[in-house]
Amino acid sequence: MAFVPPARHLLRAKDLADARYLEPLDVDDMAGAAGLSRAHFSREFRRAFGESPHAYLLTRRLERAAALLRTTDHSVADICFSVGLQSVGSFTTSFTRTYGVSPTAYRATFPPASDLARVPACVVRAYARPQRRTFREDNGAAPD
Amino acid sequence: MFKIANAQLWVHDQDEALAFYTEKLGMEVRVDVTLAEMGDFRWLTVGPAQQTDISIVLMAIPGPPLFDAETHEQVRSLMAKGAAGTIFLETDDCRAEYERLKGRGVEFVDAPEERPYGIDSSFRDPSGNHIRLTQLRQPAAV
Repeated sequence: MAFVPPARHLLRAKDLADARYLEPLDVDDMAGAAGLSRAHFSREFRRAFGESPHAYLLTRRLERAAALLRTTDHSVADICFSVGLQSVGSFTTSFTRTYGVSPTAYRATFPPASDLARVPACVVRAYARPQRRTFREDNGAAPD
Repeated sequence: MFKIANAQLWVHDQDEALAFYTEKLGMEVRVDVTLAEMGDFRWLTVGPAQQTDISIVLMAIPGPPLFDAETHEQVRSLMAKGAAGTIFLETDDCRAEYERLKGRGVEFVDAPEERPYGIDSSFRDPSGNHIRLTQLRQPAAV
């Protein structure tokens, strides 16, 4: 069998965090992907990548949550769950510690996500037209 | 000149499509906003995390005033019959992706098979849209 550098197993765990952060993944799962015990894995991961696996996974989730706060109108709770976190309280705490402002305050510092909607002209035309009114022209009634 | 930014797919249900493209396929939500002033028009785009300059617009089939009821129903039924277009995806490892997606309950039409250009497979999204997943024999030459 070809020699596999030990860091290759650590990279597998890192890739797992990047790819599957939206699932309820934790450091144990990452250690499993690397085939190492949890304590040994955490030490080796930090040595290879300069931060703990816990921090790596959490910052991946927070980075995605920040993007969703900027680009969607999803609620803070929905965003928390959709990045694989399970407690809105600890999400808000981690987010605030990392970004210096709460998720809601962070969102408010950016232009509204609705600015990003490239609403096709055909949709705008259709909804801008006053077509739900009849103007009383089609039933022969005299105007007021 | 120009570049391709978004390609649009009709979907039967945007929530269902969003869950499929993110939770099952593993794409990211790019933009998701609902505009009350446009009859609750919802602009919803997704794309692969590693490829940020292009996304797929998951568009609800409009009803009146955009499409009359008959047109709406015709589009719906053509999609359900699999007669509405295809998205072509590329991967480095078709068989591994096939196993991963199948394990998540994705409905495959063609299991991976050798073709002159590589290994090819295909599956459907919940609306019936056809999606091919291809591993090219050589790195894509443009």
